Amino acid sequence: MTGDPLFAHGLNLAVWIILVVKVIAVFAIVMVSVLFMVMYERWAVAWLGVRHGPNRAGPRGSLQSLADGVKLFFKEAFTPARADKVIYKAAPYIALAPAILAMSIVPFGGTITVAGHTTRLQLVDPPWGILFFLMCSGVAVYGIMLAGWSSGAKYSLLASVRASAQMVSYEAVLGLTIATVVVVTGSVHTSAIVAAQHGGFLWHWNIIHTALIPFALYSIAATAEITRAPFDLVEAEEEISGGFNMEYSSIGFALFYLAEYANLVVQAALITTLWLGGPDGPRIAGNSVGPLWFFIKVMVLLYIFIWIRATLPRVRYDQLMELGWKRLIPASLAMLMIVAGFQVGRWWGLAAFGGSLLGFALLLRAIDVGQDASAMEVQISADAEIPSGRGASS
Amino acid sequence: MIAALLATPQPMSVHLAHASAWAVFAVGAVLILSGALGVVLLRNPVHCALMLVITLFGIALEFIDQSADFLAAVQIIVYAGAVVILFLFVIMFLGVDRRERFMREPFRGQKPLAVILGLITLAEILVLSRVGNWSTGQHGVAGDLNGPGENIQKLGQSIYTRYLLPFEMTSALLVIAVVATVVLARQQSRAPSELTKDEQAGVAAAAADKAEAKR
Repeated sequence: MTGDPLFAHGLNLAVWIILVVKVIAVFAIVMVSVLFMVMYERWAVAWLGVRHGPNRAGPRGSLQSLADGVKLFFKEAFTPARADKVIYKAAPYIALAPAILAMSIVPFGGTITVAGHTTRLQLVDPPWGILFFLMCSGVAVYGIMLAGWSSGAKYSLLASVRASAQMVSYEAVLGLTIATVVVVTGSVHTSAIVAAQHGGFLWHWNIIHTALIPFALYSIAATAEITRAPFDLVEAEEEISGGFNMEYSSIGFALFYLAEYANLVVQAALITTLWLGGPDGPRIAGNSVGPLWFFIKVMVLLYIFIWIRATLPRVRYDQLMELGWKRLIPASLAMLMIVAGFQVGRWWGLAAFGGSLLGFALLLRAIDVGQDASAMEVQISADAEIPSGRGASS
Repeated sequence: MIAALLATPQPMSVHLAHASAWAVFAVGAVLILSGALGVVLLRNPVHCALMLVITLFGIALEFIDQSADFLAAVQIIVYAGAVVILFLFVIMFLGVDRRERFMREPFRGQKPLAVILGLITLAEILVLSRVGNWSTGQHGVAGDLNGPGENIQKLGQSIYTRYLLPFEMTSALLVIAVVATVVLARQQSRAPSELTKDEQAGVAAAAADKAEAKR
């Protein structure tokens, strides 16, 4: 494994200091981008809805999110009597920590030289690479689930149950599409994934290399994974009055808010890394400006996330599950097989393509039969008149 | 590992590497054992499931200590990220949290049987760890994953060549399990008279549970 050049000459005090500074920098990047993101979203949503948006705190309301943060931290931290105290207190931290940790594997582009030490603009490049992100999103589910359960309220519990099913389902799509990228790259290291896409704006990016479809699947699944609109069923205020964070106030609520937006920023950074070439882009005035390109790509992606939120209504729960299990998961599996086939050879790829078409035909037929059967079941249970005792309810 | 550390005088850096590997092992072992004890001793099923997560994290740590990075990652993604989440899903969905009775055994003689089987397993592990060291997974005997190079590549190669048949059989087993679950779950409900004696007893017990929960 080709590691960070920072460790080429062993560990000494300067290396340690640089390392600590890098850790703090990544943490600060997440925090500042969350503050910014909240404002960005409010302005953009207001603009899309032909409203003014925040315009009181600071110039053009730019200090609104800061003011909200201060307000939240000075509110009363309330704990319901029926809550499971320890888990209720811990849940917001469990939700926030993975979101920040996932940012540590993102390569921001190139290297930087500080006091004779050259280091990458990437905090860690662990041997399990991009799988670290899947680990983080796997653990992130606990934050939302436990928050809803430990609140001791029915609506919160409903949100927990929704969150667990939704996030686990869509994680499968994330895993399969990331596997497509790994197959194309031949490595799980995020640095290698970025390096493989280097050179030739757009043309070498994974979005082209994997034929666009996995990118679309990943983006949809990512939106669901971070429970953002139109998949924000865990906090559907019309149905479950606020969802998993209903009982939270003050710092607990602030941390959930932070985690939500941190997840969004990290997800945009990872989409950039995985599919859009990361810091790849043309040089400006002879200088390689990787971080600038990275920033631009992330900004565009964040705008698209906001745009989707402002445009699409929330899906129903059965629609969410149907989209995940009957469409996205089979499609991402098929794309993985096809891309892997084309890595081996043209005929293998075509064979995988044919096999996928056959598979889809079978799947459609199976869905059809299943729907017929369940319609018949409903008919039977409606027709059957059971005079007493056990009904048809299972 | 400790024996190797004490046996031969080595340069300081090697000592340090050994010591740090041992420290990681110790932390992982403490996590595993405390998590396992928590699963058995805690009353609330949700707390038990969370202690299971701690055990799984400890096992992932031990995998990292053995340079099995991919297994560590998969341990977290699959077990902590999906399996225990589904446990919690079922616990929350069925509302069996909060109360649990320990007095009624699912079948007779379970407790003595569990003690006996546990002792047999412990003895087996102790004997195997004396006979050879494969059960402890020491670095020198970890087989195909040894040496430099990417973890995933080596795992993939050995799974898809040497261990292809067991791998495929395992996946077939899982598919069969899934199909069986679907069949069981979608079974038509029958009239009480068609149930077997055991099933009737089960229905009665469930009704009694429900009545008690309401009280």
